[in-house]
Amino acid sequence: MAKPLLEVKNLKKYFPVKKGILNKKEKFVRAVDNVSFEIYNGETLGLVGESGCGKSTTGRMLLKLIEPTDGQIIFQGKDISKMTDDEIRPLRKDIQMIFQDPYASLNPRMTVGEIIAEPLIVHNMYKDSEEMKKRIHELLGMVGLSSYHSVRYPHEFSGGQRQRIGIARALAAKPKLIIADEPVSALDVSIQSQVLNLMQDLQRDLDLTYLFIAHDLSVVEHISDRVGVMYLGKIVEITDKDTLYDNPLHPYTQALLSAVPIPNPRIKKKRIILEGNIPSPLNPPRGCAFHTRCKHAKDICKKIAPEFKEVEDRHFTACHLY
Amino acid sequence: MDKKILEIKNLKTYFFTDNGIVKAVDGVDIHVNEGETLGIVGESGSGKSVTSLSIMGLLNDTSGKVVDGKIEFQGRNLVDLKEEDMRKIRGNDIAMIFQEPMTSLNPVLRIGKQISEAIRLHLKYDKARAKEHTIEMLKLVGIPRAENIYSEFPFQLSGGMRQRVMIAMAMACNPKLLIADEPTTALDVTIQAQILDLMKKLKKDVGTAIMFVTHDLGVVAEMCDRVVVMYAGRVVERGDVYQIFENPKHPYTKGLLKSVPVLRQKVERLASIPGNVPSPKNMPKGCKFAPRCKNVFDKCWEEEPPFYNVEENHSSKCWLCE
Repeated sequence: MAKPLLEVKNLKKYFPVKKGILNKKEKFVRAVDNVSFEIYNGETLGLVGESGCGKSTTGRMLLKLIEPTDGQIIFQGKDISKMTDDEIRPLRKDIQMIFQDPYASLNPRMTVGEIIAEPLIVHNMYKDSEEMKKRIHELLGMVGLSSYHSVRYPHEFSGGQRQRIGIARALAAKPKLIIADEPVSALDVSIQSQVLNLMQDLQRDLDLTYLFIAHDLSVVEHISDRVGVMYLGKIVEITDKDTLYDNPLHPYTQALLSAVPIPNPRIKKKRIILEGNIPSPLNPPRGCAFHTRCKHAKDICKKIAPEFKEVEDRHFTACHLY
Repeated sequence: MDKKILEIKNLKTYFFTDNGIVKAVDGVDIHVNEGETLGIVGESGSGKSVTSLSIMGLLNDTSGKVVDGKIEFQGRNLVDLKEEDMRKIRGNDIAMIFQEPMTSLNPVLRIGKQISEAIRLHLKYDKARAKEHTIEMLKLVGIPRAENIYSEFPFQLSGGMRQRVMIAMAMACNPKLLIADEPTTALDVTIQAQILDLMKKLKKDVGTAIMFVTHDLGVVAEMCDRVVVMYAGRVVERGDVYQIFENPKHPYTKGLLKSVPVLRQKVERLASIPGNVPSPKNMPKGCKFAPRCKNVFDKCWEEEPPFYNVEENHSSKCWLCE
């Protein structure tokens, strides 16, 4: 099998929380706790989970926008997790990010052309300003905007168009891997499908690899090849899309899938309604983090955290049932 | 024959801004029958939230004003009521749940105080009885430790719990109509499933009519009896939930239904509606959907279509149905 483009091994991020002035003893929020996965060239790996499960923190660590506490991030054979800012900067050309909020992620005082030019200038990719301009216009065309848009400011655009600008900026440096953190969740449904289609077209044409982070299971199913499910800082299940959606093994994945409302009034689904809320990552339950809400919970689940293992062919899950 | 509890006739709500008049709701007819759940679907800017604020008479602090039309509730036209009379209806006969449970609860008042305030005001209960009723309501919406939560503050609760408090508050005076404006949009799917389940149970037990405003077609299919589709400040199609989902007539409804990814549907490429919602400043002259419609013909640009009945209780505002 081909070597993965990106390999994440036992990645951890503990955020320290200080309580009081005199209390020296630090507590930690275990935002990401021992996460491992691979992303192969040309595929889309979807990462789903509810708020606070650590999916965005994971995405940001891959770009080193957040410094990992422990673990390895191996990109094209090189471990980038311990690199300094200066060492990582050239590599950022290859890994780019698309953000959730198209209103907050574009500088309102820069024109669209300046926004898209920024990665080109930072990475010193064009000496000739005419050529750079040509590239900017080409990028705008790729995302379905026009060259004359380059002199306008972000506030002149709608949400969907702003997300297209964000995508053009991410594409500017010709990246190999794009981390898309909830790229369509702020958009209306009719605009959401435009952006999803655009991302799929660009992937095919430019041979891109995506890590697609989202909370919407239908969107993730649509765009991904493989999907990982996160709960309380851990990946609880990961496998190819069809296996995960047809045959979810982890009780959390099962509950999550059953909770999605289907736009068909004839389908009356039997829901698995989970009791209670997600426990605080400051004080996660002992043993399996999901045992407080799991209907299959046994004694062992309360004591020992289940091992993340391959239960079926390339179908990994962390649950004592298997 | 279904009895109408609320009937909106030719409602026009305009906002008078420094940059001119914004016709947020422009000639809307909607009715809600006793005991039913009516879904109002539309994207941002379609006027669905402004419609619900107009019913509640909550536009006083904005530049918005109902300029024409009637809102008939139990034989009275709410548009003509004085603030003083409206206050007797609001929270008593008509209650509302908002999207963001954190911003719609008062952060400095204890939960119990916020709910019992309405009970004492509308039901004229004394302090002790109001407390008893409040705790009963908190239990009804599935809040554990209701007695303790009574004297806690909103920030001590999770998003799902806050939304339950909102529902308890809205249901406290046994309203005849509950307006729910995107009540689950800010919540995670597993929590959304809990809240939808609760609302269904309350509707069955108490028989309140619900006006459910949302952009999520899955939620509509699951919760609603009848559906009204809004676009650019107008209703474009209405019918029962089966008619709308199985036999949509308006090109906008069709496009909207096709552009949502559905779990296990396995489409290669999503259909999308090209373009954006027109800005209030340059509304097209004829049909407001004409610039994005794939079935558009000359007449659409000239004249706005009226409603045509396509089957019993199902009508569409489109020249194609002429």
